[in-house]
Amino acid sequence: MTDLSHTFAAAADKPLLQVKSLTKRYGARIGCADISFDVYPGEVLGIVGESGSGKSTLLSCLAGHMRPDQGEVIFETATGPRDTVQMGEAERRRLARTDWAYVHQNPRDGLRMGVSAGGNVGERLMAIGARHYGGIRDKAIDWLGRVEIDAGRVDDRPSAFSGGMQQRLQIARNLVTAPRLVFMDEPTGGLDVSVQARLLDLLRGLVREMGLSAIIVTHDLAVVRLLADRLMVMKGGHVVEAGLTDQVLDDPQHEYTQLLVSSVLQV
Amino acid sequence: MTDQAYNFAYLDEDTKRMIRRAILKGVAVPGYQVPFASREMPMPYGWGTGGVQVTAACLTPDDVLKVIDQGADDTTNAVSIRKFFVATAGVAVTEATADATIIQTRHRIPEAQLTAGQILVYQVPIPEPLRFLEPRETETRKMHELEEYGLMHVKLYEDIAKHGQIATSYAYPVRVEGRYVMDPSPIPKFDNPKLSGNAALQLFGAGREQRIYAVPPFTHVVSLDFDDHPFSPSKANHACDLCASNTSYLDEVITDDQGGRMFVCSDTDYCATRRAAGHVGALGTPQAAGKAAQ
Repeated sequence: MTDLSHTFAAAADKPLLQVKSLTKRYGARIGCADISFDVYPGEVLGIVGESGSGKSTLLSCLAGHMRPDQGEVIFETATGPRDTVQMGEAERRRLARTDWAYVHQNPRDGLRMGVSAGGNVGERLMAIGARHYGGIRDKAIDWLGRVEIDAGRVDDRPSAFSGGMQQRLQIARNLVTAPRLVFMDEPTGGLDVSVQARLLDLLRGLVREMGLSAIIVTHDLAVVRLLADRLMVMKGGHVVEAGLTDQVLDDPQHEYTQLLVSSVLQV
Repeated sequence: MTDQAYNFAYLDEDTKRMIRRAILKGVAVPGYQVPFASREMPMPYGWGTGGVQVTAACLTPDDVLKVIDQGADDTTNAVSIRKFFVATAGVAVTEATADATIIQTRHRIPEAQLTAGQILVYQVPIPEPLRFLEPRETETRKMHELEEYGLMHVKLYEDIAKHGQIATSYAYPVRVEGRYVMDPSPIPKFDNPKLSGNAALQLFGAGREQRIYAVPPFTHVVSLDFDDHPFSPSKANHACDLCASNTSYLDEVITDDQGGRMFVCSDTDYCATRRAAGHVGALGTPQAAGKAAQ
């Protein structure tokens, strides 16, 4: 296994992902409309907004789970920039299991519950052609360690894991092939606060250490405060405000952002 | 034909033509599961309705038919299907592998080397090798289309993680000509090497699942494995107690309540041929002295 995570670090001046006027409608209703932004290598972009604001629709369109009605999603592949909306399904799915990763809100959506933890982590390796059992297993155990799961649990099924462990296992399963861009949909949703804090700590470490780019959809401002470099605020399918995270959160301009920031209880 | 209650080999000519088209497509794309309009047959699903339809579509009046079930010519399933074709097609039947032109089989490949011109028809219960890993049929079709077969290795990984070795011993997944991953029907993995480079045409029929697939003669078929856990065909570590063969696939037969057991060839024709040639196993009696011990 060669480590591909640093191969593209030199291209940091070019955006990894360019989104141009992306629109998705559900019949007459708007999912998300006319959204444009860039993500640079090593950058973490947070997308916040209330329920129904189009965050998840946007993320699904970016990750290729849903086809947008208009717009381009240009990803800097190993062979140059490509519009992932126009590329064939075979190629897009290959991207999805090599350069991309997708962390679901509910780990049950992202894990195979009937397969052991080691098999879950190894699946992406086997999908890209790893055929050495010992090698796959060593790598799986290594990754379990990196997400703070005891190596002795490698043959246990995820159903025997706690919610926090399942989420960490899902992260290990996604990052094992050293993707360059990670999509996360509410990665800390449904976890209690202390587990959330540990998970965020872990994610922050991994993102920095691997030089990952990430797009994190959440309604939890603490998550973006800790992880995101830049922030987009969505409402009604439109981006209402965007900028550096601290700037947006400390000096919100749009009335919805002001409402959002002031809604958080200060403990 | 007018004086008969049904057409030659039971199925009407249009149905046979439809099945032959599916077979031709299967032969053209080895390992690809071709959908076909499976008919109701006068036997329950699970008894070889797919294999019977493929056999019916291939039969000509000059064919010699052999039917085996788990290698044996004399079990219920084999006898009833053989009688079915004697009644509906009037073809000659045989138990000798070498004499047959069409062999319908359930869960075995005959021990004797098959030759060019022979057709081996498999009865297939579940044609989709990814079925128990990915329950959505739309998704498994997509996986075949895009050659996304990593999941198949996850199953083998789980085997090793749980049992220390690949414990899958039948219906062992294979890759055909480097393209499609195929379920070879529930044959023991002992038979898997015989799938590859076989001189006979191998056809697979799944009646309930409405799929036909094929392995043309001399097709390269590889059993999936790991570099450090290579595929190994397995059999009982014993010789046949009737014919003393060390190389054939064996059935274990319990003979009494005191733990008595014997191992016999699962391929009855192979065993009988060897006994007729004078081979005698540990519990057998010489052929000249009468019937071999059963």
